[in-house]
Amino acid sequence: MTMKREDMFLEDRHPAVLRGESLSVSYESRRVFKGLDLSIPEGQITVIVGPNACGKSSLLRTLSRLLVPEQGQVLLRDREIHRYGSREVARILGLLPQSSSAPAGICVADLVARGRFPHQTLLRQWTAADEQAVAQAMQATGVHSLADATLEELSGGQRQRVWLAMLLAQETPVMLLDEPTTWLDICHQLEVLELCRRLNREQGRTLVMVLHDLNQAARYADYLVAMKAGEIVAAGAPERILTAELVERVFSIRARIETDPVTGCPWVLPIASVGRMDDGRFLKE
Amino acid sequence: MSRLRSSVWVWAPGRCSLRLCPRSMAAATVLSLLTLAGLLVSLSVGQVEIGPDRIVRILAGTDPDAMARRILLDIRLPRGLTAVFVGAALAVSGAVFQSVSRNALGSPDLIGFTTGAASGAIVQIVFFRSGAAGVMVAAVAGGLLTAVVVYALAARRRVVGSYRLVLVGIGMGSILSALNGLMLAKGALDNAIMANLWLAGSLSARNWGHVVPVMLGCILLIPVIVLLARQLSLVEMGDDLAAQLGVRVERVRLVMVLCAVILAALATGAAGPIAFIALAAPQLAGRLTPAGRLPVMVAAAMGALLMVIADLIGHVLPLGVSLPIGRLTGVVGGLYLIWLLSRSRTL
Repeated sequence: MTMKREDMFLEDRHPAVLRGESLSVSYESRRVFKGLDLSIPEGQITVIVGPNACGKSSLLRTLSRLLVPEQGQVLLRDREIHRYGSREVARILGLLPQSSSAPAGICVADLVARGRFPHQTLLRQWTAADEQAVAQAMQATGVHSLADATLEELSGGQRQRVWLAMLLAQETPVMLLDEPTTWLDICHQLEVLELCRRLNREQGRTLVMVLHDLNQAARYADYLVAMKAGEIVAAGAPERILTAELVERVFSIRARIETDPVTGCPWVLPIASVGRMDDGRFLKE
Repeated sequence: MSRLRSSVWVWAPGRCSLRLCPRSMAAATVLSLLTLAGLLVSLSVGQVEIGPDRIVRILAGTDPDAMARRILLDIRLPRGLTAVFVGAALAVSGAVFQSVSRNALGSPDLIGFTTGAASGAIVQIVFFRSGAAGVMVAAVAGGLLTAVVVYALAARRRVVGSYRLVLVGIGMGSILSALNGLMLAKGALDNAIMANLWLAGSLSARNWGHVVPVMLGCILLIPVIVLLARQLSLVEMGDDLAAQLGVRVERVRLVMVLCAVILAALATGAAGPIAFIALAAPQLAGRLTPAGRLPVMVAAAMGALLMVIADLIGHVLPLGVSLPIGRLTGVVGGLYLIWLLSRSRTL
């Protein structure tokens, strides 16, 4: 059981801040995952990869208490997540869903300010701390100059940074991001990923991201989780787990793993699809 | 008082800090004053002129003229106040539904709830020939029952999707509307005529029995809606995002929908199905307030003002008959809806 050893190795240095224990989730009659275990190491960047519909988003939603598992439990700082108050969780853990819609005509500063909701009460609706958190979040994401612009006026990349700013303003030590680079061009993708790394390295935040690009995952992850069909196939440091066999098993492609000459991270060179899709139908050759 | 952004002021007395929106407060104040002015005009005009000074004296109990007193207190004041509270109730109900459905068309008159209230009322009128109180109770019951059915049909895995709510509501509304027609065709002629009059939506012959329920509804439910408005506006960004911010999405939505259904049903019970106030007032209010918040109070004032104006037009127009207010708002609101649809890029 290499996975168990990996977990133990990890726990020595980075205790799990968020942990899913034998989670089972299904939609209608379709089982998404069953008996799934996952520990998110504190202060690290965890990246989850896997083919479409393998349960990545459902896993993030379960870990952030939006989806109640039929079996198993989620522990946030060693306490069952449903035992916290809803706003209490929202002050520790933030989730950026895959898609959100901005109310028509809302300006950037107002949208970012909504991230302060879990810190506010009926009689304390806006304090200096709120003001500061919003200003810092807009500064960190580079949208401070757009404060008065409406969301409709922004490009896709700017819009994604505004949503990130809202999550930053929430000031949670743990941030879960569901495909934060989707819809972005390569420059904005790197911008977002570098921002995430800075948040981790400079502010010590724990990050969990779902990414599609394997090379980006290998480069930015401290802890890589590969999922397929609702199961975790491998988890660990990218250079330890990222092998040609794993890539073939998870993504059904033949690939070569080289060393990235710039960063020294594993570098996945896709060669060909092996043609067998998830449902077992033979599509190619 | 510190300035947060152009649209919001923070007022921090003691350990509290409250966000105030000067534009919304100004809009609500101006609309309320206009409503009050309109109400005063509508109280004074009629076959017997009662000037504003006499209205004040009668209300203070110092006017000796018993006839004027009765006209004002038993006829005009109930009618005027019905207009005010029905307008406010419909507008707030519309604001909530438009937010829940994230759609300008998601107002209670379009998604079947007022039709359901009307069905309840028609059953009472056609089959039981009951008076105002019975009609009111039946309308509220009909509205609530419709809401429960629509909600149950729209719910999947205990989660109610916005578009499902609107679509199921529209379907339900069509069924009920056909049912209403059937009852009118099948009922005894006298009763059917009564019911038809009621269906046109009317403010004539309102008494305190019409005013009090909808007034109480507004006084009790609008504050609840104001308190939850901010959370509901977070839900507009998507259930997941709101839930991760700590909003109990399903609970907030359920309480809000319940309050909104009761308000719409009470309004329908008091004045019959009044078209388009619920649709137009929140949209107009939204144009007067900064984006991104649910303008509950401004919508309430706007709804009251629209109703009072419609009522005034209804009885100063030289038509000789008093025009059913529901038909009037229907014509005006229909034009507004067409204008809205022709300008909107998203509908």
